[in-house]
Amino acid sequence: MSTKRNVYVWAMRILMWLASGITAALTLFLVGYVLVQGIPNITWEFLSTKPSYLSDTIGILPDILNTVYIVIATLVIVIPLGVGAAVYLTEYATNKKVVGIIEYAAEALSGIPSIIYGLVGMLMFSNNFGTCLMAGALTLAIMNLPTIMRNTQESLKTVPQSYREGAFGLGAGKWRVIRTVVLPNCIDGVITGCILSAGRILGESAALLFTAGFAHSLNGFVAGLGSSGATLTVAMYVYAKERGEFGVAFGIAAILMMLAFLINLSATAVAKHFRKKNAE
Amino acid sequence: MKKKRNLLENIIHGVFLILGLITVGCVLMITIYLVISGIPAIREIGLVEFLFGDTWAPTAAQPQYGILPFILTSIAGTGGAILIGVPIGFFTAVYLAKKAPKRVKEVVGQAVSLLAGIPSVVYGLVGMTVLVPGIRRIFRIPDGSGLLASIIVLSVMILPSIIKMSVTALEAVPKEYEDASLALGATPEETWFRVSVPAAKSGIAAAVVLGIGRAIGEAMAVMMVAGNVANMPNSPFQTVMFLTTAVSYGMGYSDGLYRQALFSIALVLFLFVMLINAVLDFFLKGEQK
Repeated sequence: MSTKRNVYVWAMRILMWLASGITAALTLFLVGYVLVQGIPNITWEFLSTKPSYLSDTIGILPDILNTVYIVIATLVIVIPLGVGAAVYLTEYATNKKVVGIIEYAAEALSGIPSIIYGLVGMLMFSNNFGTCLMAGALTLAIMNLPTIMRNTQESLKTVPQSYREGAFGLGAGKWRVIRTVVLPNCIDGVITGCILSAGRILGESAALLFTAGFAHSLNGFVAGLGSSGATLTVAMYVYAKERGEFGVAFGIAAILMMLAFLINLSATAVAKHFRKKNAE
Repeated sequence: MKKKRNLLENIIHGVFLILGLITVGCVLMITIYLVISGIPAIREIGLVEFLFGDTWAPTAAQPQYGILPFILTSIAGTGGAILIGVPIGFFTAVYLAKKAPKRVKEVVGQAVSLLAGIPSVVYGLVGMTVLVPGIRRIFRIPDGSGLLASIIVLSVMILPSIIKMSVTALEAVPKEYEDASLALGATPEETWFRVSVPAAKSGIAAAVVLGIGRAIGEAMAVMMVAGNVANMPNSPFQTVMFLTTAVSYGMGYSDGLYRQALFSIALVLFLFVMLINAVLDFFLKGEQK
């Protein structure tokens, strides 16, 4: 082989190794650094109390609860909308133009930066019924609509046409076919979509700052939705940037990192499980 | 009975149609809200003065509302992130899609997913505590936060999108192409870079555009490392404000025309993003062909 080609091959090899090495090292460093800095700050007291000015301690229980509330509320709002839209697209829509418009809109929604969601959410929801977790959940529901819709659509496409035809042949109406044949078979897509959405909600901050606010009070589910509250991510931002509490911030960051890892693992596991099930 | 069933079917069809159109409704609502709240300030300030004015001083005695520094910063920051992130992402993607052993591919693939799942504020936190002091020490400047720190944070943040999308595009290249090239005596590396990459070029282009979209829309991580002063981006160490951070930074304590101008900035950002989306759509359509 000519020297020139040899040089080319080796240059490409080295570039590939270098780039992959940088990517791997970056990930390793980020994960390692956050965990090393953060884990020593995570104590039972840190997890189970609320911030107290009297004893000058910081606990993140309210932020944990707020995160749980907002994930639940967002999913409850977005699942019917996303699944409904997916069912419409795969089962009802016959007009190609309408399908094109809806899919383009979904794509546009997933491209809009979260700060714009935050701003519009503030105008649409918070200015009407106050800065509260519910306003944040509604904003995040719009944001996650494409995720749920697309994952449901994917799994609806795997439902064999013969199932539908069989049900129709037995005299079932369209709604009945959807209810008894189509919907039960799209559960995998909905679950995958929910996991991905939960991950996105967990990491979201810009869309929540001006819609859900940043209070740290301890509330029940219903009262929590009606009052202002910081999720873990927003709380981490406030502690790091506004208050210079880096220990607390790294503690929360380590928790967020572990949750992100957990969500990734479960998304992969779920996808594997369903692929196996569908192959059978 | 038939009639009753037909009525029910029609109602349900209608319900699903409405659910399907909600996506479109959301996009319309967002657009309308942004236009309605963004236009008044532009009218009052004047479009040219707003877009090309080089001074942003909304709280001065003689307020000035020029957002050229933000526009240029967003372009410089995104461009810089692409310059660093794309080569790293591209070569990693080729390695993962073509060369990596199965186990390595699984582990690095998992790592890339994790990188994508890390919240942007965590990137900001590490940037604040590692990168900013690091830049300060290496270059011996009083403040390490600024354009360079933002570019580095952004380039790491766009890596996962670029890698994932490029890998998908590269894996979709028909095996026959590569086999033909190998049979003609090309080495694997030559085959990947001269046959597979050109065959996957619209997918890779889409990955780059997606990265641009991510970078231009990022707010929180950048806000933690950019320094947040409305300077022109005329040096890598300049403290700067992006379109996104100008909005989130000012939103907390602004009123009157200042606040309205923030909505106008969001409108400008929105137009940028819509343009990027249209380009992305173009490349994705090319991919399908």
